[in-house]
Amino acid sequence: MNQKKSTIKDFFQTLPKNIFSGFVVSLIALPLGLGLAMASDAPPIAGIIAAVIGGIMVSILGGSHVTIVGPGNGLVGVLLVAISTLGIETAYVAIMCSGVLLLLLGFFRMGTLADFFPSSAIQGMLAAIGLIILGKQFHIMLAHKINRADTIDYLIDIPFTINDAIHYENKGLIFAALAGILSLAIMLFYSKIRNKYLQLIPAPMWIVILSIGFSYYFEVGLHEPNPIALEYMVSGIPSIQKIIADLPTPNFNGIWSFSFWGSVIALTLISSIESLLSIKAVDKLDPEKRRSNVNRDLKALGLATVGSGLLGGLNVVTVIARSSVNVNQGATNRSANFFHALFLVLFIVFFSTQIARIPLPALMAILVYTGYKLASPKVITKMFSIGKEQLIIFFVTLIITLKIGLITGIIAGVLTTFIIHIIINRHFGYGLFFRNLLKPNVLMYKEQGNKANYYVSVKHFCSFINYFRLKKHLDAIPENQDVILDFSLCNFVDDTVLENVNNYRELFTKRGGHFDVVGLDEHDTETKHPFASRRLLPIPNIIKNSLTRRQTSIESLAKDYHLNYQFKRDKNVSFLNSFSFFGTKHINHIYNKLSDKDGAITLFDIEFSEGEFIAKEEIRKSMLYIDLQFEIAEFTLDKEGFLEKVSAFAGYKDIPIENHDDFSNRFYLLGSNEVSIAEFFNDDITHFFESNPYYHVESNGNALLIFGKERLASIKEIKALFDYGKRLKQVISSK
Amino acid sequence: MSLKTFKSIGIGVAYSPNLKANLFEAARLSVFFKAKLFLIHVGDASEKKRNMLISILKSFEKDHLNFEVVFRSGEPVDVILSISEEKKIDLLILGAVRRERILKYYVGSIARKITRQSKCSILLLIKPSIDRVPCQHIVVNGLKDPKTEQTITAAFYVAEQLKSKKITIVEEIEHDEIHVKVEDDKSLRRATIAKERIKLRENSRINDIISHIPKEYTTNKVIKLRPIFGKRGYSIGHYAQISRADLLIMNAPTKMTFWDRLFPHDIEHILTELPTDVLILQ
Repeated sequence: MNQKKSTIKDFFQTLPKNIFSGFVVSLIALPLGLGLAMASDAPPIAGIIAAVIGGIMVSILGGSHVTIVGPGNGLVGVLLVAISTLGIETAYVAIMCSGVLLLLLGFFRMGTLADFFPSSAIQGMLAAIGLIILGKQFHIMLAHKINRADTIDYLIDIPFTINDAIHYENKGLIFAALAGILSLAIMLFYSKIRNKYLQLIPAPMWIVILSIGFSYYFEVGLHEPNPIALEYMVSGIPSIQKIIADLPTPNFNGIWSFSFWGSVIALTLISSIESLLSIKAVDKLDPEKRRSNVNRDLKALGLATVGSGLLGGLNVVTVIARSSVNVNQGATNRSANFFHALFLVLFIVFFSTQIARIPLPALMAILVYTGYKLASPKVITKMFSIGKEQLIIFFVTLIITLKIGLITGIIAGVLTTFIIHIIINRHFGYGLFFRNLLKPNVLMYKEQGNKANYYVSVKHFCSFINYFRLKKHLDAIPENQDVILDFSLCNFVDDTVLENVNNYRELFTKRGGHFDVVGLDEHDTETKHPFASRRLLPIPNIIKNSLTRRQTSIESLAKDYHLNYQFKRDKNVSFLNSFSFFGTKHINHIYNKLSDKDGAITLFDIEFSEGEFIAKEEIRKSMLYIDLQFEIAEFTLDKEGFLEKVSAFAGYKDIPIENHDDFSNRFYLLGSNEVSIAEFFNDDITHFFESNPYYHVESNGNALLIFGKERLASIKEIKALFDYGKRLKQVISSK
Repeated sequence: MSLKTFKSIGIGVAYSPNLKANLFEAARLSVFFKAKLFLIHVGDASEKKRNMLISILKSFEKDHLNFEVVFRSGEPVDVILSISEEKKIDLLILGAVRRERILKYYVGSIARKITRQSKCSILLLIKPSIDRVPCQHIVVNGLKDPKTEQTITAAFYVAEQLKSKKITIVEEIEHDEIHVKVEDDKSLRRATIAKERIKLRENSRINDIISHIPKEYTTNKVIKLRPIFGKRGYSIGHYAQISRADLLIMNAPTKMTFWDRLFPHDIEHILTELPTDVLILQ
């Protein structure tokens, strides 16, 4: 009873935070929803309906915590085919049917479905979807609508469209193309600019705001009509009354056709894969380290899809980019998803006329960027680095998906992977796969002793086909435990498994556990095959011969002050995981490490990433780490600014320190244990912070993390930061 | 609890490269158990073959090995089964090479058939050796089954005779017994608690069995209990393999129907991939 009370209390305490992040997410969801629906040849409002129905139903019924649902990128290709062959009314029936199938998947606990596909094939499929989106929308972005039969033709025509766009003479078209190009530029460069006021509004919303502002500027300021050609404006945004009045009547004609059920199966397959992959990725970002109930989520998504199809909306899936923004904005529970839907309703109710002022090319630029991200060359280089055979799988899936269709494409990918596995393991005989396919080849038990760890041994082979067995066992281990995964009895481990195992390793380290993989070292010597396993074990980077000027300066600084300097990349960053700053971020590595003789103070450059997919940003910073030998209070201290005052409304409470009004006014202090924090900030420490420059200071209980700017520090700043850390350590230690 | 000791030991003799090693193992066991050894050969009797077998076993004369060579032609399975019944053989030793094709031929057909029909205990040797390799670690099943008590008792008896120091009793528990499907944090917590409870229950059941075994067999031995959640019959083989057990002792299968062949379980799993030497107790 008591516990229940506290969860209700928690819920209301975090409510402002969730409303706020729901609001920010709705800013992205609005343009993306409109754009994705239009890219699928559905009425633009269909995307918003999917997000609203999904947001409301999944937030109430779902089993995940901080995910956002709405129309997904992956479905654009399938919906396009479904709508063009079946017509929109029958396509709504197909959407509803796929919702029912999703519901069934949830009931039959098929949440493991996404694990049966090799990762290269999934990558190939996603890249194909990216190319479908990019190929079609690129032309609209440059105000050059064309109609082609085949996706590949759209891609081939891109140079011609660019050529045409350069030679436009119609003013309306020129302005439309400019809107598209500018919007694409905003998408491309937004993540490069680190300004916290600019970053408050997500890039897609900037595009919307700027283009609406542009339209008003002409209309109100210059008393001229909007110069962008009328056919390149978003059209057909009905008012809320009209949406309710014009509920589409589902058309059941032709539901017994082959193409109908093909579409239903493709919709179900893609939406479940996209949702499951997204849920898995978002679980890793969840700062509260909860585990999602995927089967329950599938049921909720299925039900929401049925509802959405009934009201004239698209499939509802869990989406990664919006979810990652949600996490970064501090969402703590499903209510954020609910409020995102609510804000979307408000937008449609109050601003439906303003939405008609958005130029089509601007919206399509967002999709072109999305498509590019799905099919970016980075994906291909990553495939290649895992192994050449991955590229074959990738391209077979990609080309067949583009040429024939999604389902054929993914089946071809699975078959290719399996055949390649047989070929590269032919020295074991073909029996390795066929004979051992059905064997329960995973053994797990808890070892006895003081330090009880879980021991997992896998026999024969472990690839995408039987990975679900390993997954079932690994999922049954609490993430704060120690796990030893032994592959020494395995003749073959494929890249899909190793990638997933690596995900588990990250998850366990984030949640205070430990995940060790053993028995793979022998593979390389025993068999001469290029397993991806080589890449799994973190190998030191190839020694760089040339240092940059900054590095040589740091080197000489290290010499002058008798510090140790290590410029190499260090992947061992687990000591940073317990800082709340990194709760929602993924640390890639640290480099340019400076440390004093006893190693208590370390200064390093760090590369970490925030967000996922199109909302992903890679950030590099310089940070100082002080390892204290004793316990102190956990807190976060930063400069009190405008944003902090705003977020105070969203439920973050600044802790005041008695008798130090100046400090309380100028600094923003956060932490859960107010008493011990108040005790920690005594006169000396408060005075130190008051009389020194501002830094972000964070304590995890026995170590401090200090950093200043949102970028790498200069040599001068490094010196200042190091000195600050040294003196701070003295002040705290003398306490 | 009465203990069935091995008074007569039979071995199927086939002229393979492993013949000498197999015979040596069988002879050593007969000496350990003070049992009579029957060499069963499927085929026509010939003085040459008999002399060869006798010359191989010459080195055991000093240990007073009592053995008899039996020749009979016919279907190998039928011959071995009928002779072992006639001679009242308690333990039948079958050599099996781990190498795939022979394993498939030998274990996959003959040994599996014999195991299904035999009324005596069976020892499958996969790594026979001419020089004695001490048997240090024995793994025995602790299934919830009426035969288990007999099996565990016999395992201690065998361990005593072979001077093994370590016995691990593996309790295989099917996943269905947990009754909780892990889906989120809450169900994971419940499943973990349920597992701990089942483990305690299983361990106390086995400890109860051990307490009934004569003290002279259980003293001076490291006894480990190892509850494992996994497929029956498969997990224990897997465990025997990773723990490098020298001998795996199993209950004899209760009943074999057509369905059991289609969906292999329990002992069938062990027979398809022998993890180590396996003793199947009747």
